[in-house]
Amino acid sequence: MTKTLAVSVWRGKEEGGFVSYEVPRRDNQTVLDVITHIQRNVDHTLAYRFACRVGMCGSCAMTVNGKARWTCRTHVSQVAENGKLELAPLANLPIVKDLVTDMRDFFDKWARGLGQFKGSRTRKDEFEKVRPDSKARMAADAGIECIGCGVCYASCDVVSWRPDYLGPAALNRAWTLVNDQRDTQLVERMKAVAGDAGCHSCHTQGSCTERCPKQLAPTAGIAGLKRQLMTTPAGGK
Amino acid sequence: MKRTNDSRARNHAAYWAFLMHRVSGLALALFLPVHFWALGQAIKGTAALDGFLQFADQPLFKFAEWGLVVLLSLHMMCGVRLLLIEFRPWTGLRKNWITGAVGFSLATGMAFGLALIR
Amino acid sequence: MTHAETKRQLWYVQRISAMVLACCVVAHLAIMIYAVRGGLSGAEILARTQGSWLFGAFYAVFVLGCAAHVPIGVTNIAEEWFGVRGFKSTLIAQLFTWGILILGLRAVWGVIAS
Repeated sequence: MTKTLAVSVWRGKEEGGFVSYEVPRRDNQTVLDVITHIQRNVDHTLAYRFACRVGMCGSCAMTVNGKARWTCRTHVSQVAENGKLELAPLANLPIVKDLVTDMRDFFDKWARGLGQFKGSRTRKDEFEKVRPDSKARMAADAGIECIGCGVCYASCDVVSWRPDYLGPAALNRAWTLVNDQRDTQLVERMKAVAGDAGCHSCHTQGSCTERCPKQLAPTAGIAGLKRQLMTTPAGGK
Repeated sequence: MKRTNDSRARNHAAYWAFLMHRVSGLALALFLPVHFWALGQAIKGTAALDGFLQFADQPLFKFAEWGLVVLLSLHMMCGVRLLLIEFRPWTGLRKNWITGAVGFSLATGMAFGLALIR
Repeated sequence: MTHAETKRQLWYVQRISAMVLACCVVAHLAIMIYAVRGGLSGAEILARTQGSWLFGAFYAVFVLGCAAHVPIGVTNIAEEWFGVRGFKSTLIAQLFTWGILILGLRAVWGVIAS
C-alpha cells in the first residue's frame, strides 16, 4: 500500500480545474476523511458539504473517480486506483464552489412531482390500518429509504439531456406515495409524473439503480409509474 | 453549464444495453427506407429487382447486410428486455437478458452468415 | 391535448408496436436465413411472395408496426443527442412515419401484387 494518496480536487465553479494534493494514507480511511484532511491541513478555502458522516443525511455526495458516491461511507480502498483519487462535484447540478453543488433543482423537482404526503385524517381520527404485507405497502417500502443524496440524479443521462426531467429520486418518491393508501393526491400526482418531464422519458439506463448507495431501485418505481399511467390519462383534453 | 458524466459513470451493463439498443435502432431506422426502396423496384418487374440484387451482390454489401441482421436481432432482444422490466414485476435490471441479447444476435449472425456462404 | 398526454400515448404506442414487431422480427429472421441460401434472385423472391395473401398481410403489419415504432425512437435520439426541439423534431417524426409507410407499403405491393 502506498503511504500517500495523490488526490486531484475540483477547485472553482463551472470555470475551474483540478488541483493536486498529497494526503497521507491511513487505515480505514474514507473519501470524506481525505477531503477533511485537505481542508484542515492543506487549504482552508476548500469548500465541501457534509453533516452526519454515517450515511444518513445524504449531504456528502460527490463524484469520486468519475462515479457519483456518498463519500462518508466510501472507503479509499474501494475506489483508489494506483493510489489516485479524483474528486469533483456532482454532475447535473450547478456548482456553488469546489465540491459543493446547488441542490435546489433537485429538491424543487421532488416538489414538482408532488413528493409531499397529504392525508385525509386528523389527529382526532383513528389510525389507518396499513397491512405491511400488502402489495402496495411492500412497493412503497422498497423505495422509502431514500436519503436524498442526489447520486442517482447526478448519474442519470436523461437529466443531462432533458433539463426538465424530474429525475430518479423525485419519481421514486412519487412512486412510494402512489403506493401509500393514506395519500389523497393520486390523480394530481399521476399528472405531475407523466410526459417528457416525468417517467416516460426514462430509458432504463439503470445508472440510478446501479449507483444508489442505499441499493434502492428507482428504475423499478419509474417502471411502476409507467404501468400505472397506461390506464390513467395524464390530464388535459 | 453543469458538469456531465463521462464514460466512467456510464460503464455498466445496463448502460451498454441502452447504447446497443439505441445505436442499433438508429442504424435500422436509416436502413429501412433504403430497404423498402430496393424491394419497391419489384413494381417495375423482376428485371429491375434483379438489377439491384446484382448491384448489391458484392462483399461490402453482403457484410453490411449481415451487420443489419445482427443489429435487428440485437435490437429486438434489448427491446424484449425493456418490455419485461416495464411490464413484469421488478426483478432487477435483468442483466441476464443483456448477455442473452448479445448471444442471440451472435447466433443469428452465424446462422445467417452460414446461409450466405452456402 | 397536453404535451404530457401526447408523450404518454407515444410511449404506449412504442411499447405495443414493439410487442408486435418482436414477433414479426423473429419470423423475418427465420425467413431471411432461409431465403439467402444459395444467393438472392428476384425471381426466387417473387415466386415465393407473389399472390400470397399470407406474406402480404404479414409484411403489411410489419410495415405498419415500423411506421408507428421508428419515428418515436428517432425523435428521442434527435432531441436527446442532437438537441433538436419543437417543430423540427415533429418534422423528423412525420418524415419517418410517412416515408416508412409509403415506401414500405409500396414495397409490399411490389413483391405481392405486381
